[in-house]
Amino acid sequence: MSPLDENQAAARAASGNGIRTDLKLIAEMVEPGSRVLDVGCGDGALLAFLSRQKGVDARGIELSMDGVHQCVAQGLSVIQGDAETDLKDYPPGAFDYVILSQTLQAMREPRTVLETMTRIGRRAIVSVPNFGYWRIRVQLLLTGRMPVTEKLGYQWWETPNIHFCTIKDFVVLAEEMGIRIERCMIVNRAGRITGHAHSGLANLLGEQGVFLLRRD
Amino acid sequence: MSAPNPAAAVSAAVPAEPATMPGHRVTLGVDRPMRLDSGAELGPFEVAYQTYGALNADRSNAVLICHALTGDHYVLDQHPVTGKPGWWEMLVGPGKPVDTDRYFVICSNVIGGCMGSTGPKETDPATGKPYGLGFPVITIGDMVRAQKLLVEHLGIDQLFCVIGGSMGGMQVLQWAVAYPESVFAAVPIATAARHSAQNIAFHEVGRQAIMADPDWAGGNYLLEGTRPHRGLAVARMAAHITYLSEPALHRKFGRNLQNRQTVTYGFDADFQVESYLRHQGITFVERFDANSYLYITRAMDYFDLAADYGGGTLSNAFRKDGKGTPVRFCLASFSSDWLFPTSESRAIVHALNAVAANVSFVEIRTDKGHDSFLLDEPEFHQVVRGFLDGCAEHRGLTRPSRP
Repeated sequence: MSPLDENQAAARAASGNGIRTDLKLIAEMVEPGSRVLDVGCGDGALLAFLSRQKGVDARGIELSMDGVHQCVAQGLSVIQGDAETDLKDYPPGAFDYVILSQTLQAMREPRTVLETMTRIGRRAIVSVPNFGYWRIRVQLLLTGRMPVTEKLGYQWWETPNIHFCTIKDFVVLAEEMGIRIERCMIVNRAGRITGHAHSGLANLLGEQGVFLLRRD
Repeated sequence: MSAPNPAAAVSAAVPAEPATMPGHRVTLGVDRPMRLDSGAELGPFEVAYQTYGALNADRSNAVLICHALTGDHYVLDQHPVTGKPGWWEMLVGPGKPVDTDRYFVICSNVIGGCMGSTGPKETDPATGKPYGLGFPVITIGDMVRAQKLLVEHLGIDQLFCVIGGSMGGMQVLQWAVAYPESVFAAVPIATAARHSAQNIAFHEVGRQAIMADPDWAGGNYLLEGTRPHRGLAVARMAAHITYLSEPALHRKFGRNLQNRQTVTYGFDADFQVESYLRHQGITFVERFDANSYLYITRAMDYFDLAADYGGGTLSNAFRKDGKGTPVRFCLASFSSDWLFPTSESRAIVHALNAVAANVSFVEIRTDKGHDSFLLDEPEFHQVVRGFLDGCAEHRGLTRPSRP
């Protein structure tokens, strides 16, 4: 299992609902019967949910072989590949939604990935862990060491995450890139929605943000 | 026992073809000869094929299996010449990933072949003699054209799936590009959209070995009463190395000596790997025709989907009426395959992505090389099973109830 898979499995177990909280919120944003590409689809939990519950034409791309094997073996359309190199071939507007859940922070060039996603998808849905979350701030403040939380359960030297951001950082980047945030959900520890993307409180209390994006 | 001397053992081998071969045979191109890519016309011609399972009422469960370079239509049957089990019985059969309880499986011997379909060793009706080099040069496109006529002859408009590895994978791609409306799903395995320069080079070595054998007699060996056994065995030995991987060869043989304690300082088969290759060469000439080998390797060499259908751009080959292909694809490659490396499959995946086609792609980790698609690779088999199950769901093929 790759670190990312472990992360997803742990998060799913923590949510206790079969499907991870942010995945459920993402699924809510997807219109039934649409064309969806899930980037970094892991073991295909979201793809399976979308295709079975919402009649979505669901495709995936996943870096880990184990993830791809699990997906294809259950009849999902998934290719083994790297989001940073293998997305560029798709034509503009190839999908109604391109989804990137909890993976942007592990990309070498998050900006390029966002650009590509909003080009090949009429909309993009991105969920990011919030490094401005109060528990992270407190850990760093009190211990003076890199924070390790349930959602970001890695020591600094082993983490696949290389580009952390806060909810506020993400909102600023999207604005800079001319990407409109059509919808935003801030999720706290209990999985509830607690405010707006631009609010300082959301940036403090939100453990992650889920964004529906569209290029202007 | 010392290692067999290929020249001595091979010269004794004669084509041990039973009078009646199991399977079916049909004459096609009777009303109208089939026009080949070379411009020549072929017809009437014979196609030998085998079927397994039953066609359902709406004729929607047919799976066409395309065999590799030296394969044939005996997917499950005991081979009539070698007596060995069918070449894909690990993947195909009742309850197997390609489930013959569920699907109607068809496999034909390609034209140009030597196991019952019209090829260079068959009699040319115009002359009453074997075609030999008078047989027209054929392409992968021609092989698939003949298969299309066979499938139409069987009353099938759309195949549920076309599946094959290596040269079989080339045929799968050709099917999907030439007849996209006749293919619901396609599984090209360990293959490429064009034959690489390196692979053409290997084929040329094989062909030159055959043509350098004096018994080849300018291709007229059937009339001359000779057989180019040595040349064909050498061609097979060279090719066989490309089907394996260095780790697999090393694990199997290393530098182990064959039935001796020390090297002989001569040119006997001192090493087990030599003995193994000689054996491969010898057994091959018992079941294969040298001229067929020339024609079929040539067909692979000429294969280039991007040039033939895409104006040089592969993704164009997968466009249909301005849109992406409707065919659902699943590609598989093997990590230690250096004949058709993963990069070749990935190039196809990228071209399919460029038309937003529905495609799955898996690289199977194995050290067994190109031949892995014929071997016991559980992950590969799971992928095929999962993909076909998913496609069957989309196609509305219900699972038969088992007693």
